[in-house]
Parts: sequence; C-alpha cells; structure tokens
Amino acid sequence: MVDVAIIGCGVIGAATAFSLARYDLSVMVLERENDVATGTTKANSAIVHAGYDPEPGTLMARLNVEGNRMVKELAKQLDVPCKEIGSLVLAFDERDLETIKELYRRGVANGVPDLELLSAEQALAMEPSLSKEVKGALLAPSAAIVSPWELCLALAEVAVKNGVELRRNSPVTAIEKIEGGYRITAGGEVVEARMVVNAAGAEADRIHDLIAPHAFTTLPSRGEYYLMDKSQGALVDHVIFQCPNKDGKGVLVSPTVHGNLIVGPNAEPVEGPTDVAVTADGLAFVKKQAAKSVPGINYRDSIRNFAGVRAVTDQPDFIIAEVEGAPGFIDLGGIKSPGLTSAPAIGEEAVKLLEKAGLVLTEKPNFVAERRRVRFKELSSKEKAALVAKNPAYGRIICRCETISEGEILDALHSPIPPVSIDGVKRRCNPGMGRCQGGFCGPRVQEIIARELGVPQQEIPQDKAGSRILLGRTKEKGGV
Amino acid sequence: MSEYHDLIVVGGGPAGLAAACAAWEKGVKDILIIERDKELGGILNQCIHNGFGLTYFKEELTGPEYAGRFIKMLYDTGVTVRTDTMVLNISPDRRVQAVNTHDGFLDLKAGAIVLAMGCRERTRGAIGIPGDRPAGVLTAGAAQRYLNIEGYMVGKRVVILGSGDIGLIMARRMTLEGAKVLACVEVMPYSGGLNRNIVQCLNDFDIPLYLSHTITDIVGKNGRVEKVVVSEVDENRAPIPGTEMEFECDTVLLSVGLIPENELSRTAGIEINPRTNGPVVYENMETSLPGVFAAGNVVHVHDLVDFVTAESQRAGRAAADFLAGRSVSGDADLELACGDHVNYTVPRMLRLANIDKAVGVFFRVNKVMAAGTVRVTDAAGAEVAAFRRQHMAPGEMEQIQLPKVLLEKAAGPITISVEEASE
Repeated sequence: MVDVAIIGCGVIGAATAFSLARYDLSVMVLERENDVATGTTKANSAIVHAGYDPEPGTLMARLNVEGNRMVKELAKQLDVPCKEIGSLVLAFDERDLETIKELYRRGVANGVPDLELLSAEQALAMEPSLSKEVKGALLAPSAAIVSPWELCLALAEVAVKNGVELRRNSPVTAIEKIEGGYRITAGGEVVEARMVVNAAGAEADRIHDLIAPHAFTTLPSRGEYYLMDKSQGALVDHVIFQCPNKDGKGVLVSPTVHGNLIVGPNAEPVEGPTDVAVTADGLAFVKKQAAKSVPGINYRDSIRNFAGVRAVTDQPDFIIAEVEGAPGFIDLGGIKSPGLTSAPAIGEEAVKLLEKAGLVLTEKPNFVAERRRVRFKELSSKEKAALVAKNPAYGRIICRCETISEGEILDALHSPIPPVSIDGVKRRCNPGMGRCQGGFCGPRVQEIIARELGVPQQEIPQDKAGSRILLGRTKEKGGV
Repeated sequence: MSEYHDLIVVGGGPAGLAAACAAWEKGVKDILIIERDKELGGILNQCIHNGFGLTYFKEELTGPEYAGRFIKMLYDTGVTVRTDTMVLNISPDRRVQAVNTHDGFLDLKAGAIVLAMGCRERTRGAIGIPGDRPAGVLTAGAAQRYLNIEGYMVGKRVVILGSGDIGLIMARRMTLEGAKVLACVEVMPYSGGLNRNIVQCLNDFDIPLYLSHTITDIVGKNGRVEKVVVSEVDENRAPIPGTEMEFECDTVLLSVGLIPENELSRTAGIEINPRTNGPVVYENMETSLPGVFAAGNVVHVHDLVDFVTAESQRAGRAAADFLAGRSVSGDADLELACGDHVNYTVPRMLRLANIDKAVGVFFRVNKVMAAGTVRVTDAAGAEVAAFRRQHMAPGEMEQIQLPKVLLEKAAGPITISVEEASE
C-alpha cells in the first residue's frame, strides 16, 4: 500500500507530486495517457496571472497570488521558460473603465503588487500595436508567461527523480474503500493507497463519483486558439487582455515564451472534456475579438490552431477539500483559470489537507529540487563549439525551424519521464514547434525514438495511444 | 581563425548544385557547398517519378537521376561539399556559422554566397482547417519522404487537399502502392498544379478532382483520421451550407502551397519580397546584400526543376563575376512592377551594365487564360515589348526575354502586365 496515490498528471497532479516528494512517503501518480501534461495543461493561454480577477476571499484569489510568486521561483529553480512581461487589461468604453477600476480594487485587496491604471496615451506608448480605440488600461507588472507543459514536466520529473512512481496508460476505472485506505483500479492494475488526491482535471467530477455521492459537475468549456509564427512574436510586449466577461477573461493576445504570438481563446460549452476540435466559427470569433485589441495580426503567419477544455464546474471557486465521508480522499476539482498559475500553491494546499487527514510528513534529507537542460540555440557561439566538441550529437540539427539538435532529443529520451511519441519529444525539447510543424523533422524524430526505445519506427505514434502515423511497410504482403 | 572560401553555397539541392557548377566553370576554384541532409540532391531525391529534365536535358528523367547528373558534374570539379551540416547564421559581412557532428562548430567567411535553401510546405495550421487534430494529416512532401525514402505507407484511404504538383504526384504514387485515393479537393476554381499532372496523376487513375471545394471538418476521435467533410465554396471561398460530402478515410494529404525558406536571409537583413516570400533580386540574382545571391525555390516557387537550374546557373555565374570584379553592385537602373494579372516578377530590379544581350524574367499570372498578351511598358506608357501566349495559368510559371537594346530606351520603371484575349 502506497501512502498517497495521485490521479492525473497534469500540472495540478504534478505540483502535488512535487510537493509530496520532499517528504519520506511512497507516492504514486496514475496518468490515463501515455505522457504527462496532455490535457488542459498543454492547451491553454500559458499565462501566469497577476491575480486581480478573482473575487477577494476566494481560494482562487489567494492561490493565484501565491502561485504567481511560486511559479516564477520554480521556473528559475527548475529551468522552465518563464518571463515576467506584465499584462494590460484594455478598456474601450466607460463601462470598461469602471471594470478596470474594479479589477484594480480587487487586485489590491488580493495583494497583487504594483498595479497601475494607465491612460490611453500611456497604454499606447507602451504598446504601439494596440487599437487606437483604447480608452485606458490596467497594468499588472507581475503577470508572466510560461511554458505550461514544461512546468508540468519539470515538477513531475523532479518528483520522479526523488522517488515518486509515475504510471502512465493507467486510466482509473474503479475506486473502493478498504481498511486503512482505498483500492484503485487503473489501467487493469490494482493499486492500494492510504490516501488519494483527485487531480483528474476536467474529469475530476467523474473520479469523485467513484467514491462519493455526486457533489459537483464539470461543465467543459472549450477555448480555441491561433498560434502565430515568430515573425509575429514581437507584435506586443505584454499580455493583452480585454475586460473579463461571464465566460472568462476574454480573448487575449500575447507573446509566448517560445517567441511566438498566441491569440485566443473563445469559450463554448462542449459535450465532453476530450472535445478539443477547432471550428471555423470559433476561430472566426477569436480573430474578430482579437482585432479589437490588436488590429495588425497577420493570420497568414498562423502556424497552428488548437483548442483546450477548461475544467469549469457548477461551483464558482476551485474545489479543494477532503471529500465528505471519504477520509484522506482529497478533491482538487474545478481548476479552471487561474489554475496553471495557482498549481504550485494548490499542490501545497493538497499537502496541508493530507496532513490534516493524518498523513505524517517527515522531510527527506536528500531531496533534490534541480533540473537543467541543454538549449542549443540559446548558447553563444563559443558555448556551442565547446558543447559539440564534447558531444557531437549536439552538432546534428534535426529540427531546422527551431534549431533543435539530436543531442537535445537524446537528452529528452533519457530524461526521468522518457517520451514515447513525437509530440512527447516536442513537449520536452521543441522539435516540430516551428513554422513547418514537424514536416521535416517528424520522421527523423520518430526514427530516433524508435532507435532509442528499441521498437519499430511504425509503432511510434504522433501523440496519444492510437495516433499512429505509419500503417505499414510498402511492398509488404498483406500490408495495404 | 575562420575558414575562408571564395564562394559558399547554402544548400545542395538542384539550385545549389547548378550554381556551384556554373561558378566553377566561370573560374571560381574555391567553392564550398553546405548541405543539411546526408546526401546532395535535395528534395529531388524523394521525387522518384519521371518528368524532370525535358527542357534542360531534352530527355525524361526521374528526380534522383536529374540530381545525379549534376552530382556527377560536380565530381569532376574541385568543389568541396559538407553534408549533414546545418547553417545556423549568415551575417551581412558574409560570415557563415554552421555545425555538424564531425567538424563541430564552423565559423566560415565567404567572398560570395549563393542562397539555395529551397522551400517548405504550408501546413494545416497555416490554412486553419477546422476539426479534430488526429494523426494522419500530413503534408504531401512528408508523406512522399515516408513512402519513397523510408518505405512506409502513411495511409490506405486518402483525401488530398490542394492540387499542387506534389499532391497530384502523391495521388498517383499512393494509388500505385495500393491505397485508395478518394478525392483531390481544390478550393480555387482551377488547379494549382501542372496540367500534365492533372491528366497523368488524377484522370488516368479515375481520381475525382473537386474544384471550388474544401475540407470543412476533419473527424478523428481516437487518434487517427476517420472521416473528412468536404464542402463546395462560393466565389469568396466560403463554404456553401448544404453542399457537404463525407469521405471515410484515414489520411489527409495537404498540397496547399510552398513557402520559400528564408529565415537565414531575414536574419542576415536581406530584403524580402512579400509577394514571393523570397529575396528581392537583381538581374543577376544578387540580393539586397552585395555579394549574396539567391536562386531556386528560396527566391520563388518553381514548378519545373529545369527552370531552377537555369536560374541557379545565372546566380553561380554572377557570383563568379562578382568575385572577379566583373559586375556592378548597387542601385538599379530599372525596377519591374506588376501590372494587371501579374502576381510577381523575378528579378524585380535591373542594372543594365550586368545584362549581356537580354534578361530573362519569370512571373506568374493570377488567373487562368485561354490566350493573352504579355505587355511590357515603361513609365511613359510606351510599349517596350509584347509577347503572345496561348493558355496561361497560376500553376505554370511564365518566362520572357527582355532585350537590352529595348531596355536601354525605356524610361523609368517597367510594368509587366497581361491582357486576356477576348473570346
């Protein structure tokens, strides 16, 4: 029997695993997919929010502001791309001007540092690409951008390095109460755990229902995005928001940590948490709304569209609590925006709840919270020369759009959570993230994965299980 | 200390090979070709179909054979080749940084440079096809590489979006390998590919071509494409409700355009023509950076490799002239402007001193015309030259030769326009 089982390895599950890894405990993370960070974690706006949006006094308000500070520290410590670029909320009319004043008051109440109300002139001087219709703006210098999947990976990798066990391809299908804990059926295997953390994202309601009466309902809300080429990456220097509405924070325009420009999302109710299709209407709405803030976006430079599903529920706040009638079973549900920002704080919160439920926390003397990876293209000429002289694999460029070397791909394949798919490698070291979207490097990455894992190339999927690219050999009898 | 070469050619595909050979023949004896792939030949290596060389060699060759001819010519020269080597940066003072596994990090200096990086394919993200994002949506060129180089089948039931030449070629190729190609879908009212490819790759295999249609949904809930929805579009390319057709398929191949690969050119500060996405070039294929030339698909997308060869030889010879001090750099005497029905011209700037007897100008028209006249006029509206043409189409590049004697008499910018013949 393990001490704690965590269900789900998105950024919330990973943050919880990271927080628990400091202590002398046996911890197991059960992930449905073949990799971590495959749900909402990989498909969102990638913003570290300042914390002026949530109503003061809510969990969201407190954890957002705490999380904002923690994400930036962790990013430094664990080598995760993160840039504190600040955000602007734009006002376009009198009502918006009232709204940004209200956001300012909320932010001050929530403890957000250095907020400032700007005039239209100040905003335009700061961001010349903004629409001339801007009437004023709220500046939040503490807002940041981050690589959401790399944050999740970093937390999960460090947890694994410190003894946490990660089981992939392990969807939880049944949970029963047993003497001193819970018996979980996951991917056909049975795991017994003294305590359980439900970090199943948009499926947290379903996991909750496996052990307790129905308490909250996920209302999956899909958001669609454009990702633009790096030629558009410097169009704005801040995260550009519009005033929030009932569906969320509205359509934003922002640079990404990888140097691209992200535009989106809309908000539309969908049937289930796995419906991440993009639609012509959704994308058209995003384009139209974004033009209100930043009219000069060139959509001919779009390199990808994607969508993610927010874990919105019928409750206004995050659901972070021990489940009634299920001692030691902690729900981390309804983690919508600002969930990514709050993740490290939510992880700490989960540990507190587990301790309250009786988990004994003894700090490990040998906990190591460190992670570094080679980023070839960011090195100076001298450093590149030295690195290639030491290890020639860094001298073979596999992804030409992003200048990613074979050495970096090999590093990823030998990391604590080795990827098994082309997109898994992409999330770890970025081949295929560029303007050709893996057209050139995809087959090469696939070949390297196959070689390193010792499996036939045709079995290496694009992403999740079932996303096969190759259906067989040519000239093969009975093949096609 | 950086290693010096008189001429560095970036890219060892057909453009780079032809440029290097031509420069060698014109007396440049210290030439380095840098190629990122393991072999020379570029994309021709995966184009195992025939139809190459009809213009240049007056015979029909496959892609690898065409490349092979030039590689053989190169063997007889003293040109140095570094394969499996990636250029990381080119600076305006003609320093080239590159890296590979055997030499490590290379800091090179060149007397002249020919850019021959080719192009890349437009992807799903560039055109925003709605739907799920399963595996099985590939660019036609990526599928071609899997099939022809690596020997893998990428699909069994295929729909092709776009009627660019690679897509048409892959329609035939997939069929020959046993796949069922259900349809080729083109959003424009005309094909983007060569007419001979429509005939030989679609018609001969009974593959329907749906003009003025596009894919409006891709369905694939379990990781792989299961179905696509195809709709007719109106004159504004907007889907017409009620015209949906469903195709059960496991693969979508995209042949929706090529984009010259100019990231190195941009960082070097070379002026890019927004109409071609390639460098603005002078009559001798020199870019806005003196001593830096460009040729082939990095300048504008060609449909026949034979024309790439001719253009690249021009660049190679010009690099030789530049190194020998036989050419002039600097401002243009005449600019070429695009008139009616002309999308772009290559070159865009002319310096008469560098033109021998005539200069060849490539351009593309923006509509299908049964017949028409290419008119070349000067700033005063006077006609410099006129050329009659039968059948012009956006998918087929046009070429005219402008005699120097006529250009010398022309006043100010020259406009090239096309007048459609009335029925």
